[in-house]
Amino acid sequence: MKFKLEPKKLIQIHDLMIKSRVLEERLIRMYKQNDGYFWIGGPGEEAFSVPLGLQVNKGMGLDHDFLHLHYRSSPIMLSMGAEPIDSMRQMKNVASDPYSGGRNFANHYSKREWNVVPVTSTIETQYLTAIGTGIAQTKKGCKGITIVNGGDSGTAEGDFASALVWSSRPMMPLPMLMIVTNNGMGISTPYCNQFGGDTISARGNAFKIKNQTINGNDVEESYFAIQAAMKYVREERKPFLLEAKVSRLYGHSSASGANFVPGDVDSLDVFEKQLEEAKILTRAQMEKVRENYNSQMQEQAKQVKVEPMPSGDTIYDHVYYGQKGRYW
Amino acid sequence: MATMVQAIRMALHYGEQNLGVEHIFGEDVGPPLGGAFTATQGLTKNWHSPLDERGIVGAAIGLGFANVRCVAEIQFCDYIFNTIDLLKLGGMSTWATNGDWPSPFTIMTPVGAGIRGSIYHSHSFDAMMTHIPGFKIVMPSNALDAFGLMLACLKDQNPTMYLMPKALLRVDGDEQIQGEPPLTPEGKKQLKEMIDAPLGDRSQWKAKWPNLVDPNIELSKGKIVHEGNQVTVVTYGRHVLIARDVARELAKEGISVEVIDLRTLWPYDWSMISKSISKTKRVIFVNEDTEVTNFGEHLLRRTVEEHFYDLHARPRLIAGAFVPGIGLSDNLESASVPQASDIMNACREIVAEQP
Repeated sequence: MKFKLEPKKLIQIHDLMIKSRVLEERLIRMYKQNDGYFWIGGPGEEAFSVPLGLQVNKGMGLDHDFLHLHYRSSPIMLSMGAEPIDSMRQMKNVASDPYSGGRNFANHYSKREWNVVPVTSTIETQYLTAIGTGIAQTKKGCKGITIVNGGDSGTAEGDFASALVWSSRPMMPLPMLMIVTNNGMGISTPYCNQFGGDTISARGNAFKIKNQTINGNDVEESYFAIQAAMKYVREERKPFLLEAKVSRLYGHSSASGANFVPGDVDSLDVFEKQLEEAKILTRAQMEKVRENYNSQMQEQAKQVKVEPMPSGDTIYDHVYYGQKGRYW
Repeated sequence: MATMVQAIRMALHYGEQNLGVEHIFGEDVGPPLGGAFTATQGLTKNWHSPLDERGIVGAAIGLGFANVRCVAEIQFCDYIFNTIDLLKLGGMSTWATNGDWPSPFTIMTPVGAGIRGSIYHSHSFDAMMTHIPGFKIVMPSNALDAFGLMLACLKDQNPTMYLMPKALLRVDGDEQIQGEPPLTPEGKKQLKEMIDAPLGDRSQWKAKWPNLVDPNIELSKGKIVHEGNQVTVVTYGRHVLIARDVARELAKEGISVEVIDLRTLWPYDWSMISKSISKTKRVIFVNEDTEVTNFGEHLLRRTVEEHFYDLHARPRLIAGAFVPGIGLSDNLESASVPQASDIMNACREIVAEQP
């Protein structure tokens, strides 16, 4: 195995993939130990999502990338610098949850200072709000782009078609990187029963949108495809539709039990074998990384467990921006 | 003497010039038409969107996230119903993020009956919209308020829903918007020449905008449009004019009616309503949305809870018939939505009722 990326970058990616996996496994454990009501997340998407998070132009405002994420995006957030303990805080719904103050499910991120708009449980509406930041970023000289991701099943919604229509209008093409992580399933509905085409990305052809389908379980294929797609969107100020074939290792969510489902390719296993073969990391080094994150996050989970819950009397706070208490 | 739609247009122009409005969009909103009701004619930041209401609302929410001020139009509120989940999202972004995200965007849409718009151009949206927390919701009843309330929406950091009573869009204002030509037939003609696009080729036409001044109308402030002391009528939109006419008529019979124009439906001016009820001891809520789970029912509930022992007569709601649509025939439309006679009869009855 010969890598194109520098060893330092490969080690960073591996570290973040393990960090993401350990976090998701910790969140599942918290859910099963009654330290949260519902788990949904992205174990299995690390090989694609970590390279994505590392290449985001992070920051606030139009000159940075806007992210309209779905609820399988923890590897993206961790790669951008998010702290695992904050995901645990959201899982436990404690007051210190920085993403929603205990108001939303795990993996429903929101971070204004990084342009990460609120993740919603409503499938595919993120492709509509992405149109808006895309429009905003048509401003002359603007450097940022809009990135939106979602799953394969959601592409059946009209909202996905809306994003294709709006982003490719000749009067106002939008700098949007539209990503579909295709794990082949929607809760329990196989995608192959619901879609008659060959690839989702080919839907871009009808709109003359540049598109590509890649193996999202391969780190380098993902890294360079994302890099090229981002470069195109950033420089041409036009949309790109990128479909990444990924795995879903723990089912859909709590709704399907949140148990490990054997059979799918585990991109972390694949990557670790490649790293070992290329003598970039030894098995012992990789195990050490995992052990460290396991013990760190175990301690963090203990800490979160005793953090205070939000008070019921805050329920009316923030219906409007800057408002606190009952207002009517 | 701007019409309401001219006032809205002038407000949007003011917004482009002074309040940072960068995008005004919707179906047919761009030149040359400038919207089905011409609310966006002659502007510079207006453009046609695809015929896609969900895309329009989603784009507005996204522009709000980008802190880029926009106004999105849904051509008739009858076509906004397939965006309810998006309106929920738009209204919850600040709350769901525990106050992290402001969400400044404005959606405007024509509402209500009164122009013989048939089943799918006559719906009301106030009952549905007031079920969606997080928005500020306005409905003007005259040109000056149409101007001022739009500016208030454009200055707010929250999602705002601007409901345009379509039956009033061509009605002349009787209060001057500071900067518009005089309220005379000549002034009306002058304004038309300045800001109404000519018939035929408009490709070279540019509006000549008057030098307008913001009246600084505050959101959540109602207005007493007819003072009285025997019964309070609380309403908004086109029924303000109807209720005011009724009040003037009943004054001749010696019945004193106070008419409140709510102007902002949510958060509404309860202080004004409450004070008036304390004075008159009788209240009627009027609107044209369907009567079941109507916004007026909420106001009735609050009246009963907070003023039960003040009341000298049972409070009333006059609202639209709970039927699927508005019938086209004159008789059917009249039977669907409140008429002047309904308000008049209710006023006479409630005043006659003694504790």
